[in-house]
Amino acid sequence: MAAPMLRWCCPGRRWAFSRIGDGSRHEKRFPAGSASSGKRGHSSVAQQPFITAQKPRKGDHEWAAVVGLEIHAQIASNSKLFSGSQVHFAAPPNSLVSFFDASLPGTLPVLNRRCVEAAVMTGLALGCHINRKSLFDRKHYFYADLPAGYQITQQRLPIAVNGELAYSVCVGKKPAWVATRTVRVKQIQLEQDSGKSLHDDPRARTLVDLNRAEGQLRVDANISVHHPGEPLGVRTEVKNLNSARFLAKAIDYEIQRQINELENGGEILNETRSFDYKLGCTVPMRDKEGKQDYRFMPEPNLPPLLLYDSGSLPAGVDPQQVINIDQLRERLPELPSVTREKLVRQYGVLPEHSVALLNEVGLLEFFQNVMKETRAEPKKVTSWVLNTFLGFLKQRNLAVSESPVTPAALAELLDLLDRKAISSSAAKKVFAELWRGEGKTPAQIVAEKKLELMHDQEALEQLCRATLEAHTGVVTDLKKGNPRAINKLIGLVRKATLGRADPAVIKEVLERQLSS
Amino acid sequence: MLGRTLREVSAALKQGQITPTELCQKCLSLIKKTKFLNAYITVSEEAALKQAEESEKRYKEGHSLGDLDGIPIAVKDNFSTSGIETTCASNMLKGYVPPYNATVVQKLLDQGALLMGKTNLDEFAMGSGSTDGIFGPVKNPWSYSKQYRGKRKQKTHGENEDSHWLITGGSSGGSAAAVSAFTCFAALGSDTGGSTRNPAAHCGVVGLKPSYGLVSRHGLIPLVNSMDVPGILTRCVDDAAIVLGVLAGHDPKDSTTVQDPIKPFMLPSLTDVSKLCVGIPKEYLTPELSSEVRSLWSKAADLFESEGAKVIDVSLPHTSYSIVCYHVLCTSEVASNMARFDGLEYGHRCDVDSSTEAMYAATRREGFNDVVRGRILSGNFFLLKENYEKYFVKAQKVRRLIANDFVNVFKSGVDVLLTPTTLREAVPYLEFIKEDNRTRSAQDDIFTQAVNMAGLPAVSVPAALSSQGLPIGLQFIGRAFCDQQLLTVAKWFEKQVQFPVIQLQELMDDCSSIFENEKLTSVSLK
Repeated sequence: MAAPMLRWCCPGRRWAFSRIGDGSRHEKRFPAGSASSGKRGHSSVAQQPFITAQKPRKGDHEWAAVVGLEIHAQIASNSKLFSGSQVHFAAPPNSLVSFFDASLPGTLPVLNRRCVEAAVMTGLALGCHINRKSLFDRKHYFYADLPAGYQITQQRLPIAVNGELAYSVCVGKKPAWVATRTVRVKQIQLEQDSGKSLHDDPRARTLVDLNRAEGQLRVDANISVHHPGEPLGVRTEVKNLNSARFLAKAIDYEIQRQINELENGGEILNETRSFDYKLGCTVPMRDKEGKQDYRFMPEPNLPPLLLYDSGSLPAGVDPQQVINIDQLRERLPELPSVTREKLVRQYGVLPEHSVALLNEVGLLEFFQNVMKETRAEPKKVTSWVLNTFLGFLKQRNLAVSESPVTPAALAELLDLLDRKAISSSAAKKVFAELWRGEGKTPAQIVAEKKLELMHDQEALEQLCRATLEAHTGVVTDLKKGNPRAINKLIGLVRKATLGRADPAVIKEVLERQLSS
Repeated sequence: MLGRTLREVSAALKQGQITPTELCQKCLSLIKKTKFLNAYITVSEEAALKQAEESEKRYKEGHSLGDLDGIPIAVKDNFSTSGIETTCASNMLKGYVPPYNATVVQKLLDQGALLMGKTNLDEFAMGSGSTDGIFGPVKNPWSYSKQYRGKRKQKTHGENEDSHWLITGGSSGGSAAAVSAFTCFAALGSDTGGSTRNPAAHCGVVGLKPSYGLVSRHGLIPLVNSMDVPGILTRCVDDAAIVLGVLAGHDPKDSTTVQDPIKPFMLPSLTDVSKLCVGIPKEYLTPELSSEVRSLWSKAADLFESEGAKVIDVSLPHTSYSIVCYHVLCTSEVASNMARFDGLEYGHRCDVDSSTEAMYAATRREGFNDVVRGRILSGNFFLLKENYEKYFVKAQKVRRLIANDFVNVFKSGVDVLLTPTTLREAVPYLEFIKEDNRTRSAQDDIFTQAVNMAGLPAVSVPAALSSQGLPIGLQFIGRAFCDQQLLTVAKWFEKQVQFPVIQLQELMDDCSSIFENEKLTSVSLK
């Protein structure tokens, strides 16, 4: 436990159902906030599915849903938020537990500077106001994986507030219809993570792991529905959603459940629910029955967290002892939105492709490295990187860094394609060969597999002539005016060239021979 | 040799008049003889002898570690000690052996001090008598002193003397008794509302509560984090200064300790108090104050005045709200701090295993006494969402007012405040237990807890014996982080009053050799 966590709270955001057509369908669109998982340093934007709700039985009222997200993201730090214990993914259980982490009596929290910096940078990246003074609080509840009986968090005065995040979302059936929306960020707070409980039901026991360096992203969604113009409905909280996909599904389900419940005369309880991802529905959590009173109080062992900027920095202060917001701002990397804009501007990449390029760790860098070494058009490169390359990665569940194909090899391949040395289908074959990682260059593979396009015009002319002679029926069809007959002939010639001739060139030759 | 002060015995060690091992053995033997005082919960004999051996080696090789090398000390049993059971006098922690030393303990050991053992207290330091721990009450060594017994004999002939033993005060009663009975030369207490100063006053020793933030709390099992301070109990003010010099300073493990470098605490011997301004808070003159303490307090003020100091009446107007405010803040933090004792990681665990919740409930019911459970209950009540503003926030505001009272007084030019430490001298156990813990604590902390809320340094100095032959202490309160100035004034006062040494010969006829250094003459203020 005590792994450092950042908690973002996105305030209730409304997604109104708008009536479409004859009113028989309600549509709504909802964004699930963008999430960044610290450790791998990638950010992702959730899918933006269209969801349709059933026709309300009573027909008269529209429903509006309000959804607020609490996003728990683990900070990529070497040690925990309040102790010197290391943070490692998949370390043996309870191997990274300091006396503080185990809540031994008399131990005290010591704030990790790196975590504060990460929180400030996150706040800056999300356009938040950074509080020059923030406070820590204790949130109390009894649970086996919370050894102190309370969690240290920032409830009253968090480190950053009032930010917003712009994201792109598909607004139509075509992927190219992308719109920009913003989600407001209420606050960002530093929070100690609890431990992990593993329930061994058959043996009626619970195992506790206090390392808690797993599960880098966790989202709780607060959901309610109401009629527009009326007070907000009672909310439920769906806890522990760990992927954007499940988050979307859980919210959809919960909105529909609440609407059905209310339309059938039922009522919504202010309760905590969990999402059963096998059944695709939310269910009340049995161990959190009754309303919890967390009995918040100030954490007396941590003085207020004070942050400075270059203007307010006290004179003669040890820079190691203070955090300067302006310095952190300078260290801020280029934000994804800026990068995406640049891609569109610099390479003419489509907006939705700019999103895709940034969604996978290392993919943008891979793309840029290919671009540096190839003469191929950016559009072509984008298509190859996002379709072929990413497709291979996904199929094999690999990260970009694990790819056997280097940017240089792909660049060379695309050059071959660009100067029409090979056909597209041949290029795909070369790529598949490259993926085997046998160290051959694309040129070598092309040579070995005899994949280069036919440049012997005479040979091509002969093949075309032979094809026309052998398939007089098709030629007759063509002459009768069947426009598809020419394609059949092109296909036949291509087959005869073993796919090594450019269809455009074949077409040209065929047309010339037919008209002569 | 055991009757000497820390400074004196340190000199004797340096001069080779006694070896650390001899000193250690003498203390151990006295600890055994005074076992009935119940001052110690654990006596760490083996460890102490080993430490003595190492110290002896250092002396022989001519590179001792300083004033504390080879000096027997004791530590209240709510400080974490590596490898030595740390119980807080509670069933909850019975058998708990911490894997680390509290920073203050480590600092003492690093200076070569010999840890004789862990001293008795009220359970989790909640009390003002050292009567409410699972190991039973601590007996005040003065119960057995010639001074007290002599007076009692005159009054009550033939009664059973043993049933009239006195409480030590608390909650650091074990530490106060250990120092008072000569079983060690200094002891650590803890002070949240007066827990070091109160027993110091009752046991006739010096009890120092340093400024909050001057001494690390890391390893001190907390009562109220925002008020707890490790306390120091010694036989004279100079000794307290030596120990404070070792303990004070920033600890990276305690974020509430001050960053500024600390200079050693050398106390000049004041000869002139004419530049000193002593404040007498008028609100401390309460009806409950015994006439004897009141007159002693007034005589002490006169003493300063007669020696040329400026003595003025001052007002701390919010004093009357202090105890109830302390109660709210204390119990709230207690409720929070005690939440970790759930029977899972360490300490007591009950046999109930029907559910985790049932296990928690039974463990905590068995592990904590009524006092602790009562405070947890009230604290949780104050922290409930519906009550938080009404009680906790309000109490915090009052706390600020109380702290400001002190700020204003010190701003007006006052250097130290002079007040009683306790309402009266120590009372017999049988009388003490007529009232419950809460009532007692509310009464007994009256002069001491406001200082904790303000984070100020304060020291109780034994001033005189009462008509019953029992010690009465007076308290000096200083400005925040002016601990050295505070102790300098206290040292001057100590010198003037010449408080008599406890005479325990009747108690321990067979170890009369131990008390060879008594100051039999006493210049009392009466």
